[in-house]
Amino acid sequence: MKTLKKIAVATTLAAIATSALAHRQWILPSTSILSGEDQWISVEAAISNNLYFPNHHAIALDNITVLGPSGQELEKQSTAQGKIRSTFELQLEASGSYRIFSGRAGMFASWEEDGERKRKRGSAEEFAAMDLASMDKLQLRENASRVETIVTSGAPSEIAVSGTGLEFEFITHPNDLFTGEPASFRVLLNGEPTAGVEVTFVQGNDRFRNEAGDQTLVSDENGLVEIEWPQAGRYWINASSSIAGGDFHGVPLERSASYTLTVEVLPE
Amino acid sequence: MNDRTLKILATLSLPSITGLHAGQLTSSIEIPRLDVAEYHRPYVAAWIESEERQLVANLAVWYDTEMADREGETWLKDLRQWWRKGGRSLELPVDGVTGPTKPVGKHEMAIDLDQTAMAELPAGEYYFVVEASREVGGRELLRIPFQWTENPSAQGEVSGERELGKVTLHISE
Repeated sequence: MKTLKKIAVATTLAAIATSALAHRQWILPSTSILSGEDQWISVEAAISNNLYFPNHHAIALDNITVLGPSGQELEKQSTAQGKIRSTFELQLEASGSYRIFSGRAGMFASWEEDGERKRKRGSAEEFAAMDLASMDKLQLRENASRVETIVTSGAPSEIAVSGTGLEFEFITHPNDLFTGEPASFRVLLNGEPTAGVEVTFVQGNDRFRNEAGDQTLVSDENGLVEIEWPQAGRYWINASSSIAGGDFHGVPLERSASYTLTVEVLPE
Repeated sequence: MNDRTLKILATLSLPSITGLHAGQLTSSIEIPRLDVAEYHRPYVAAWIESEERQLVANLAVWYDTEMADREGETWLKDLRQWWRKGGRSLELPVDGVTGPTKPVGKHEMAIDLDQTAMAELPAGEYYFVVEASREVGGRELLRIPFQWTENPSAQGEVSGERELGKVTLHISE
């Protein structure tokens, strides 16, 4: 019986792990390196099971921000909020690097009420207003995630560190990636280099492979990861971290953060 | 001629007077005939790289300079290595470097290296690099190593597989 229970738990965990991996969030530019003046790109944003094919949910347009090289916000053009993907176009007038990202932070609670499992997603204020102490089998989680892509028109410009949540400091510029040249990124959590964070990378077009071929690295004592690209192509890179020691109005809080980046790697 | 012009001329000719080296580079770059349904002349860039593969001197960039609104510059990024190593930080066009695309055939290039950054660079191993990229076609990059010395004398030859034919290099005093 004990064995059966163990198997059941293992199966559940495996199922959670699989579904977490299967739904990948991404923001994909039509191209990431541009020359010439007054260039345009199109952008797709989705949460899907395959890279980079929309087949599940859109990332809401309203959650996507575009910042130009000098940090000014850029207007999204030709916008369309679809069911399985959002799309828009961007006019890149200034030379330099543009960040396109969706940032989300939120709290989630699950508890039991009259033997029934309840779930709620909301802001910290909403949860603070609830009588958390009296709730049965309460689990409280907080997650901050950022999904991003970067494009460069002309010469690249520096990409500033935001200092909040999980992110990369780009030792190698994300629009300067070639096969045969390892790329190096530093994992930062709230602006601090962080060791021991798992960074997974997988090439696009996994739909046409039997094995997606994810590879996972762990950031070293300086927060660094070095990626060797097996082939040219689009890559989806994800860093996830759980943050120890959370507490919310006396209730244990599981905190986690993730950073997801789409890049293009060119042949040597 | 006023003082200012004289000063500028003096500055321009400085490398040939004080430079460590004197070198003449000649090269032949062959653009092969391709049997394809849609043919566009390739974009071609030629430059010199240091041993650490840094671009140290731009020699030639052939691209579509005739399109309206400088639209030909849109495809310069497809000369991928040239673009990242130097192209993207250049203000185009560059006198004596950039020019229109060339037809199928062998194209001779003669460059006085004293008039380039090479004049000031230390002796050592360098690479002559040619990259070609064709619209709705492929891309190819060729390298010929050479020694840059006080009295340079180097020859090299390499053949491309598709986008470039034979590329030769000759450097002499």
